[in-house]
Amino acid sequence: MTPMKIKDHNELFLEEEYKEQFKRKREFELSPSAEEVKEISDWTKTQEYKKLNFERKNIKINPAKACQPLGAVFCASGFEGSMPFVQGAQGCVAYFRSHLSRHFKEPFSAISTSMTEDAAVFGGLNNMLEGLENAYTLYHPKILPVSTTCMAEVIGDDLNSFIKQAKEKGIIPKDFLVPFAHTPSFTGSYINGYDNMLKGILLTVTEGKRGHSNGKINIIPGFDTYTGDYREIKRLLDIMGVEYTILADVSEIFDCPNTGEYKLYPGGTKLADAMDSINAAATVALQKYSTLKTLDYIHKEWNQKTSVQQPIGIKNTDRFFDEISNLSGKPIPQEINDERGRAVDAMVDSHPYVHGKRFALIGDPDQLLGLMSFLMEMGGIPVHIVCTMGDKAFEEDAYRVLSENPFGAEGKVYAGMDMWHLRSLLFTDPVDFLIGNSYAKLLWRDTGTPLIRIGFPLFDRHHLHRYPLIGYQGVINLVNLIVNIVLDELDRSTINTTSFDVIR
Amino acid sequence: MRQIAIYGKGGIGKSTTTQNLVVGLAEAGYKCMIVGCDPKADSTRLILHRKAQTTVMDLARERGSVEDLNIEEVLIEGYRGIRCAESGGPEPGVGCAGRGVITAINFLEENGAYTEDLDFVFYDVLGDVVCGGFAMPIREGKAKEIYIVTSGEMMAMYAANNISRGILKYAQSGGVRLGGLICNARVVDKEFELISELAKQLNTQLIHFVPRDNQVQRAELRRTTVIEYTPEHPQADQYRSLAKKIAENRNFVIPTPIVMDDLEKLLMDFGILEAEEVA
Repeated sequence: MTPMKIKDHNELFLEEEYKEQFKRKREFELSPSAEEVKEISDWTKTQEYKKLNFERKNIKINPAKACQPLGAVFCASGFEGSMPFVQGAQGCVAYFRSHLSRHFKEPFSAISTSMTEDAAVFGGLNNMLEGLENAYTLYHPKILPVSTTCMAEVIGDDLNSFIKQAKEKGIIPKDFLVPFAHTPSFTGSYINGYDNMLKGILLTVTEGKRGHSNGKINIIPGFDTYTGDYREIKRLLDIMGVEYTILADVSEIFDCPNTGEYKLYPGGTKLADAMDSINAAATVALQKYSTLKTLDYIHKEWNQKTSVQQPIGIKNTDRFFDEISNLSGKPIPQEINDERGRAVDAMVDSHPYVHGKRFALIGDPDQLLGLMSFLMEMGGIPVHIVCTMGDKAFEEDAYRVLSENPFGAEGKVYAGMDMWHLRSLLFTDPVDFLIGNSYAKLLWRDTGTPLIRIGFPLFDRHHLHRYPLIGYQGVINLVNLIVNIVLDELDRSTINTTSFDVIR
Repeated sequence: MRQIAIYGKGGIGKSTTTQNLVVGLAEAGYKCMIVGCDPKADSTRLILHRKAQTTVMDLARERGSVEDLNIEEVLIEGYRGIRCAESGGPEPGVGCAGRGVITAINFLEENGAYTEDLDFVFYDVLGDVVCGGFAMPIREGKAKEIYIVTSGEMMAMYAANNISRGILKYAQSGGVRLGGLICNARVVDKEFELISELAKQLNTQLIHFVPRDNQVQRAELRRTTVIEYTPEHPQADQYRSLAKKIAENRNFVIPTPIVMDDLEKLLMDFGILEAEEVA
């Protein structure tokens, strides 16, 4: 017996039978003719269309953002024994889980209180009580951080009172940790959800824990989906001999060793450390926009020295080490200086190929700031900088970064704009390369601008998140990511010429 | 089947007026249904002669889901075969009452409450149109006729104007029209003239002026309507008259809400403000 060969869709739909079906489907649906499609398609590439596109007010097309609770469950997962708990509808939570799983290729657990129409009318108290009871009994978590979807927010569910009632009714023990954050999906984005949740968690776990200073430094990575960054920051601080606590350490959750045995709680920031974070000497956030409220709270309520560092690129990483050295009193060891030297060497090696290349970037605000700075260090020219989550403050920050380097003169920042805006820009003012997440491949398809995949989510390439972007090691990875796409393109564009060279 | 929504400021007497009027229609031989759209569930008490019937949302809360209900449990026949349903809703301060109204009306629709033999369906809707849920009766071509209950008191008139603004929105996108103002008199100076003028400015009519009479309260205390309690009483004829006018009404308009200044000017010209100045 011959084994059955099952064709996958990549081949199957190319067969005559399917081609014919697709053709008939178009006829049946009275689809516009190929000429009409081409005509409109060509029109969308014009200046005229760009103008109309930028006047667009009431619709976003492919925004580079996702909703608050996604950031909240991401953050919540980064603590020991933590089960992210979402007051809201099941579908929302299924989306958060699949979104994270598709990016990390790891299983991800989160609880939904399964609010239905009846819960929308009567309020979600019963769902919360049952949910807490089930979660506590079935999954034995150490902490249940609660966030919300828009359903609970529209009807105004009072999390504080619900959680109190659960404790008063004896559904969960009085001293059990149930931090909460209101994270309406219809305002802000996952960076705000991350911020709100982290603040909520710190508020709850540090209650009554103020004592003598422990001399440590708290590190808040922010909404950083590169697990490599978490391992890198730990490695670097260990080399420096600095004592630290990573607040919301998601590295083990999303990059768990495969031992053949599934672990529901593979790691995260130790709760004892999180509780003691109130007694640290200082807190350093590696992102600004995903930690605004948390840092403000730490500064005002804990009276801690706070600092924002975005160690992407050489200059930013230098600043980061200076700051850590200042805060800890520890010198920067030779080992780190050697790493810097190797990173600079990598940059010098690849510099000729990146110098003068024009780039469009789309992504999260903090990552964009770091990437712009790094690109200019390599002689790259950031031209279009699109940040759907960006606001006025981001715009100012971005222009400040651009103004610090002559290669930034051409850069224009588009805060609040989406991928469809960027599509117009790529047609009317073409660039050499595009930096963005997996969704940006649609722009690559439409415009032919080669895509360098950096950001979140990355669904269509594997393992990119395992390599750090931060620190000097991050610089080497960025050089590698960028220059090899540049060289691939060079080979492609010279394929039948005398310049098709083995040596680049 | 004519579907009619009754709006008006809270406490103005919407439920009392609606029930008395519906009894008037039933007496004249029309087949009617009342759908109470208020978490307080007091829209059908005078027809059923008992306090708040089992509401749709009450039962849903008990059973866990609205899908577990039978229509017979929530659609009950009262005096003269008038069918009564109450949406009910959450306790004050929690959940979403507006969504409760939507859920309840969807349930009634899906489970065959709207039968062919009905001549009139009345929606008795709470206070202001505070959110989309309370506009449910006039959405998607349900109630096409609206009457606003008001009085000569400033806040009642203010509410009437505000409701007109809500109607305007749905009138432009759908077929809903304002059928008139019903004045539930509070014995304010020149009340008839005042409301007639307000009606004119809103591009509608004062369809009926219901004078104040304690017989309404007497009947209400006995959980019944005036027509059923004392059919011979002059107030009973007032409601019969209102019923007749509504049954025969052909004057349906898109309202023209006025601005606050004009409303105040109206009061100045006719009523309260002038009276104060004289005093």
